[in-house]
Amino acid sequence: MSNPAKTRVTINVNGKDLSAEIEPRTLLIHFLREHHNLTGPHIGCETTHCGACTVDLDGRSVKSCTLFAVQAEGAKVVTIEGMANADGSLHPLQAAFAEHHGLQCGFCTPGMITRAYRLLQENPNPTDEEIRFGIAGNICRCTGYQNIVKAIRSAAQVMAGQPRKEAAE
Amino acid sequence: MIPGRFTYHRPGSVGEAVKLLASLGEEARPLAGGHSLIPMMKLRLAQPEHLVDLGKLGLKGIRAEGADIVLGAITTQAEIIDSALLRERAPILQEAAQVIADPQVRYQGTIGGNVANGDPGNDMPGLMLCLDARYSLTGANGSRQVAARDFYEAAFFTKLQPGEILTEIRFAAPAAGHGWAYEKLKRKIGDYAVAAAAVVLTMSGGKCNGASIALTNVAQTPLLAADAAKALIGTAVDDAAIDAAAKAAIAISDPTTDTRGPVEYRRSVLGVMVRRAIARAKTRAR
Ligand SMILES: Cc1cc2nc3c(=O)[nH]c(=O)nc-3n(C[C@H](O)[C@H](O)[C@H](O)COP(=O)(O)OP(=O)(O)OC[C@H]3O[C@@H](n4cnc5c(N)ncnc54)[C@H](O)[C@@H]3O)c2cc1C
Ligand code: FES
Ligand code: FES
Repeated sequence: MSNPAKTRVTINVNGKDLSAEIEPRTLLIHFLREHHNLTGPHIGCETTHCGACTVDLDGRSVKSCTLFAVQAEGAKVVTIEGMANADGSLHPLQAAFAEHHGLQCGFCTPGMITRAYRLLQENPNPTDEEIRFGIAGNICRCTGYQNIVKAIRSAAQVMAGQPRKEAAE
Repeated sequence: MIPGRFTYHRPGSVGEAVKLLASLGEEARPLAGGHSLIPMMKLRLAQPEHLVDLGKLGLKGIRAEGADIVLGAITTQAEIIDSALLRERAPILQEAAQVIADPQVRYQGTIGGNVANGDPGNDMPGLMLCLDARYSLTGANGSRQVAARDFYEAAFFTKLQPGEILTEIRFAAPAAGHGWAYEKLKRKIGDYAVAAAAVVLTMSGGKCNGASIALTNVAQTPLLAADAAKALIGTAVDDAAIDAAAKAAIAISDPTTDTRGPVEYRRSVLGVMVRRAIARAKTRAR
């Protein structure tokens, strides 16, 4: 088989245009992790099941292990590295995950939070059932999900400007 | 897991895309959402030398054309779930799309890729049989229409010729007041069906006067269960009629034993799916 030429791909990641000379078969997750040292999105399964590699792409949550970087040419991507506020303070979702013990080992967390971010953009006041349906593409092997759901619910309240509920409700 | 090497093409029109596919020959494959193709490429079950990205051909969107509903091939499952037009005229598509994989896969996977793929596990082909949809296929020598009911030949073998692109899907919207249901049993989120059934029916004066039933993942291809539908016509869709329909559906099924269970189990589950889908469709019919 011939060795196809590399191409230059530019993707706007967390507000900055990032480029690299890559083979077309380079997956978006490798563009982020290997070429730009954005190691927040994790590689869990590589088979489109676990969601650890989830990033936001043009307003959709996608599994970056199952997308070629060339497909994302010109797109706007947000990774977990782009979630915190400009002054370094945590995004309400990040704060809520910490406060409500929404993580243990933390491996699933970047994907969980980027997915929850898009879920709350589309549905700012979800029920617990809607949260569970909305994060069904993200697997967590530690928490049992209870505290993840709690954290997302709490972040939704904070983002809507409502007073925070106590962590141990 | 990294797919094999290929050259990437991103044409800007259908004409350009079919010309490219024709000149590149058999080693070129269309790329839509990539959520069946990329996993297959990672496993070397597919090793295309060229990928022709269909993303910029303007094949997106859902519209009504007279009595028909038309779906552009690149319309995603997520867009189907969000569509106000489908909610009103053909909500069965939304019910089926919601049980496909997970949110991330539904943002990326397209209706055209789902029906063109040819995997008996795909959910949309059965639905297209149920709705008697037609596919528009365009190649270097022009366009043609193929009925979904004639499209599927065997697992991963369809009427789609190398070099052809499926551009849109068209079906007559089911009658106003129709009942519908898509019932699927899967072991977990992200799994294909153990068995699934699509039902559309209409009732008048307490009797069923129209029905269509199709089955997913219980044979090499999706199946139109014509005898099962016939068993409902003229009845009040009572237990006896539902029973007869389930038996007729099981009779044409031909599942294999796999990780989803032995043949007997999958046939039995199919009966349950057909029963549930008919019962639910009946409660929704006006
Ligand atoms: C974890 C996971 C779980 C899944 N679960 C389900 C499920 O339960 N049910 C289900 O139905 N699907 C499931 N899928 C498959 C998913 O729905 C795919 O997105 C879909 O089957 C293919 O659509 P695509 O747009 O991604 O196509 P692609 O992967 O891009 O293409 C698939 C095939 O069709 C061809 N093709 C695509 N579009 C066209 C076109 N317009 N014209 C001609 N040829 C074309 C390609 O060349 C390729 O051979 C799952 C996928 C994953 C990753
Ligand atoms: S690494 Fe992408 S879904 Fe698991
Ligand atoms: S916190 Fe360990 S996998 Fe979720």
